[in-house]
Amino acid sequence: MSQSTTEKPEVATEPVAAKKKVVLSEGKRAERKLGWWLCAPAAITMVAVTGWPIIYSIWLSLQRYDLKFPDRTEFIGFDNYVTVLASPYWWNAVWVTAVLTVISVAIELVLGMGLALIMHRALVGRGLVRTTSLIPYGIVTIVAGFSWRFAWTPGTGYLAELAGGEPVLTEKLPALMVVILAEVWKTTPFMALLLMAGLALVPDDLLKAAAMDGAGPWQRFVKVTLPIMKPAILVALLFRTLDAFRIFDNLFVLTAGSQGTSSVSMLTYNNLIKGLNLGIGSTMSVLIFLMVAAIAFIFIKLFGTAAPGSDDGGKR
Amino acid sequence: MAEIVLDKVTKRYPDGALAVQEVNLEIADGEFVILVGPSGCGKSTTLNMIAGLEDITEGELRIGGQRVNEKAPKDRDIAMVFQSYALYPHMTVKENMAFPLRLAKVDNATVEKKVADAAEILDLAQHLDRKPANLSGGQRQRVAMGRAIVRNPKAFLMDEPLSNLDAKLRVQMRTSVSRIQKQLGTTTVYVTHDQTEAMTLGDRVVVMRGGIVQQMGAPQFLYEHPANLFVAGFIGSPSMNFVPASLADNKLQSVLGEVTLTDRIRRLLEGADAPREVIVGIRPEHFEDASLVDATAKTDGGVFTSQVEVLESMGSDKFAHFLLSGEQATSADLADLAKDTGDDTSVGGISLVTRLSASSGAKEGEPSEIWFDADKVQLFDPSTGKNLTYTER
Ligand SMILES: Nc1ncnc2c1ncn2[C@@H]1O[C@H](COP(=O)(O)OP(=O)(O)O)[C@@H](O)[C@H]1O
Ligand SMILES: [Mg+2]
Repeated sequence: MSQSTTEKPEVATEPVAAKKKVVLSEGKRAERKLGWWLCAPAAITMVAVTGWPIIYSIWLSLQRYDLKFPDRTEFIGFDNYVTVLASPYWWNAVWVTAVLTVISVAIELVLGMGLALIMHRALVGRGLVRTTSLIPYGIVTIVAGFSWRFAWTPGTGYLAELAGGEPVLTEKLPALMVVILAEVWKTTPFMALLLMAGLALVPDDLLKAAAMDGAGPWQRFVKVTLPIMKPAILVALLFRTLDAFRIFDNLFVLTAGSQGTSSVSMLTYNNLIKGLNLGIGSTMSVLIFLMVAAIAFIFIKLFGTAAPGSDDGGKR
Repeated sequence: MAEIVLDKVTKRYPDGALAVQEVNLEIADGEFVILVGPSGCGKSTTLNMIAGLEDITEGELRIGGQRVNEKAPKDRDIAMVFQSYALYPHMTVKENMAFPLRLAKVDNATVEKKVADAAEILDLAQHLDRKPANLSGGQRQRVAMGRAIVRNPKAFLMDEPLSNLDAKLRVQMRTSVSRIQKQLGTTTVYVTHDQTEAMTLGDRVVVMRGGIVQQMGAPQFLYEHPANLFVAGFIGSPSMNFVPASLADNKLQSVLGEVTLTDRIRRLLEGADAPREVIVGIRPEHFEDASLVDATAKTDGGVFTSQVEVLESMGSDKFAHFLLSGEQATSADLADLAKDTGDDTSVGGISLVTRLSASSGAKEGEPSEIWFDADKVQLFDPSTGKNLTYTER
């Protein structure tokens, strides 16, 4: 008696469970389809505005194509790459870019962290501090660049006078230092804002617990705050490194690439637009693209930076 | 290990909020003291001042006989357990527990041993290499305890350490907190808003309200001799019944009928300068089904008849709820209590909870004759909340 009564519900639940599975996967498929539809416009636009130019420059980079000699255009394979990679100008530009990037991002990180800590802890005038610190970031880079140039030019600028009337922008190393200063001045606030978002992720209780566990302010910062905000730091570094690597406007205004201060972007511009050499210029842009991709790859794969927008929370 | 003394400690927050007022508290070495009170009464603030996480506005804090007002938390040698557990998410269980030892530059072998010992006590040995995010609430709570005990601090401070656990786990952990504290014999200050936790855990309970200590003493003493209406209503579950009453010619007149005051209560009232209108408080267990009480007791106590509104049978006894017509007792203390429990329902009468013997014949919806022990009533002054029948014994 009791046997049959207990068995019955089980028999009844079997088909229900099976049906449920089908319904669920159907719903899931519809959901995925909807996902594709929602992504499609953005994906098509992306392909049109970035995918196509990339493919086109790769195609151009495989040709001898100089607008000054249009009838000598022909497919030459990787010859352009050999030319560029054998050029001392290119390697100088790579070095200049790398040095500018590493030094300016490093300084921005330290200063930005300081600024972020001040803004985070500030009890009064928080809004005012935030607004004023963002002013440099809000100014158009070209305009700021000209201000820096005039300031450093003997005769017109106060900074040049402070430097003893030396024309600092006419020598390689001093000029690069001025460029770094201009870059740091412009983007530290941006770094600070990104880092402040990270600081907000550190729960107050954790810092209190660390204080109780015997950690002083510096130990709390190094052993608790930094590890917890590491993802935010890496994202900030990734953004800024990619950005800094493509440095153009400040250099364009301050030195115009003279005295071997060209960055890779500057050199590419000079070849492509000024020199009208589409083949060599495209080759350089492809190389820049590869380097930027490599930087992003290193950050994401090796340091485990969460790629912007990659959030496995919603994935199944 | 050390004694902790709070000498007229006051806390005023920068925004002017007076969170704690002149708290005097002497905690003996090895004692387990509970700070209890409704949320916002200043328990955490008091604890944070002992910890050094909040500055003391006025008064002195001494640990082991030494003034520590100006000392940083790390120099006070006190461990704290937080309600949120505050585990370091980037460290494993083992690293979390070892953290205070590493900061104290303890050598590696000792760290290993102490962490292993603590893990043993807390049953965490198999989880040492996991990250906090992968642990259950109860396990996280134990890691937080572990981090506190590895160091052998002078004292433990715990701020609602069990509040984030579900009811069943809370009861289990309550027992183990008590066991660990006894085992280690470390001075402990424990904050909770749960009166059951307060009653079951501590050697001594400090009841706070609005930043002021209302009463302190052993749990049983607070239950039997509350100093005022607030403590009387806060301690005990189900809580004490309060009924407005008037005093005249050694008789107490209320909706529960008229009773003659017993000699004991009369003596207590003599020195108390009692007003005419009072609030009478009776604990549920001091009621009984009148048919189960012998005749002499019946005439000495009070008797009333009312319809049983709800009857809950617990097996060992029965809880009978009544709703008597009349005005509810009103006082500032009772209003505070109601605010805490979120009980702002005006039931339009005096509700009464009584605990009757299992053999009682009371039935839901039917009138029942109920007796109460006239010698167990407590009388309160409605204007000050003071217990007029308070006695040290
Ligand atoms: N940082 C603060 N600034 C101002 N007022 C506070 C602060 N922290 C707590 N308070 C106030 O102090 C009182 C006591 O708070 P708290 O000690 O946290 O209470 P409890 O732990 O008993 O719930 C509350 O009224 C609260 O609003
Ligand atoms: Mg609290």
